[in-house]
Amino acid sequence: MIDKTVETVAEALSGVADGATFLLGGFGAVGQATHLIEGVLETGIRDLTVVANNAGYGQVGLARLLKEGRIRKLICSYPRIVGSTVFEELYRAGRIELELVPQGTLAERMRAAGAGVPAFYTPTGAGTRLAAGKEVRHFDGRDCVLEEALSGDVALIEAWKADRWGNLTYRAAGRNFNPVCAMAARMTIAQTQHLEPLGTLDPETIVTPGIFVDRVVHIEYGSPRL
Amino acid sequence: MDTRIWTPLSRREIAARIASDIPNGWYVNLGIGVPTLVADEVPEGREVVFHAENGLLGIGPAPADADIDPWLINAGKQYVTLRPGGSYFHHADSFAMIRGGHLDLCVLGAYQVAENGDIANWATSENDTAPAVGGAMDLSVGTRRVWVAMNHLTREGEPRLVRDCTYPLTAQASVDRIYTDLAVIDVTARGFVVAEMIAGMTLEQLQAMTGATLHMPEA
Repeated sequence: MIDKTVETVAEALSGVADGATFLLGGFGAVGQATHLIEGVLETGIRDLTVVANNAGYGQVGLARLLKEGRIRKLICSYPRIVGSTVFEELYRAGRIELELVPQGTLAERMRAAGAGVPAFYTPTGAGTRLAAGKEVRHFDGRDCVLEEALSGDVALIEAWKADRWGNLTYRAAGRNFNPVCAMAARMTIAQTQHLEPLGTLDPETIVTPGIFVDRVVHIEYGSPRL
Repeated sequence: MDTRIWTPLSRREIAARIASDIPNGWYVNLGIGVPTLVADEVPEGREVVFHAENGLLGIGPAPADADIDPWLINAGKQYVTLRPGGSYFHHADSFAMIRGGHLDLCVLGAYQVAENGDIANWATSENDTAPAVGGAMDLSVGTRRVWVAMNHLTREGEPRLVRDCTYPLTAQASVDRIYTDLAVIDVTARGFVVAEMIAGMTLEQLQAMTGATLHMPEA
């Protein structure tokens, strides 16, 4: 029998180590695996690289990891936090490295990693300072920048419904980066609002098939708050 | 002595002017600020499908407080609604729509636009305290058309339409049309071409507020 469910956040995060690269789903407050991210804080690991669209939200999750100095490098498209200036303070003090990536390039680099594509060319960013030092080639009359796939050791994602095989559905704007993070990590851990018996999720509605998911923890916390 | 007899368009009037140019059936992404207002100004009887980077097509008007769905936000992290026919998708698909040229239009704010269509709208200096780009570069490069909504001048009275951008570029040669509080200007192979000016404005006055040569349409 396949059973990817675990009882606790601590169990879900067992084996994560110093220096790991984490891929975090979520956009704004919606679709964030906040309980898993806070669980990382409890494990005590540090020197982390974090890939996330925003530098967290409010005072929770990634904002706490940043504040506690656990993160060495952030790979991000929009490193702003509503209601917190923790990232700006660390960045200004030179205490965190930032790799700024256009949002679509960020998603595509993870998708590429999940699909076995080591690198790709895109016109996004050509001629801007985000292309500095990158190989440029001309396709269809346009300059295109070589971007490399972005994989992670661990993905922390949030689902709406899951089953013991790790099949996942999402809710509304809660989908966002979660499916691409799930594809791109060596170990994908999902926290889910609802855990359903195997066979009850409509196969037509499963967005992330269980092949991309390693562990599932059931955390019914209710609605995200902006 | 100030001899001007014209009144600049308000933010809402700029948005309405833009909306009047969007035909039925287009798929459109709106940036933050004035572009967001365009959604409320679509003329009666036209169906325009609005897209958000975080995985929505078919965005409707903002909800009343009692009707907020906490799972339904746009790329500006504001609560929105979904119209009948709307859909959800993940970020890689969302940016495939943008980068793959499937969106008919994006409307963006900008700090500067150059006469060759270069756009600067994400950073005001080479060493921002904490730079953030979001989807601006993807949108500027990927959508079929890029229209910019901005005031003609900065708060300090400097032109925003320039020969070369001095702020860090978002994308090269990507803007098609600029809607300001004073004029509508096309970006062409000849440079800036004035399509429209507000009532009472003269070409000489507009030129004096523009950092590159303005051309009139060829007859």
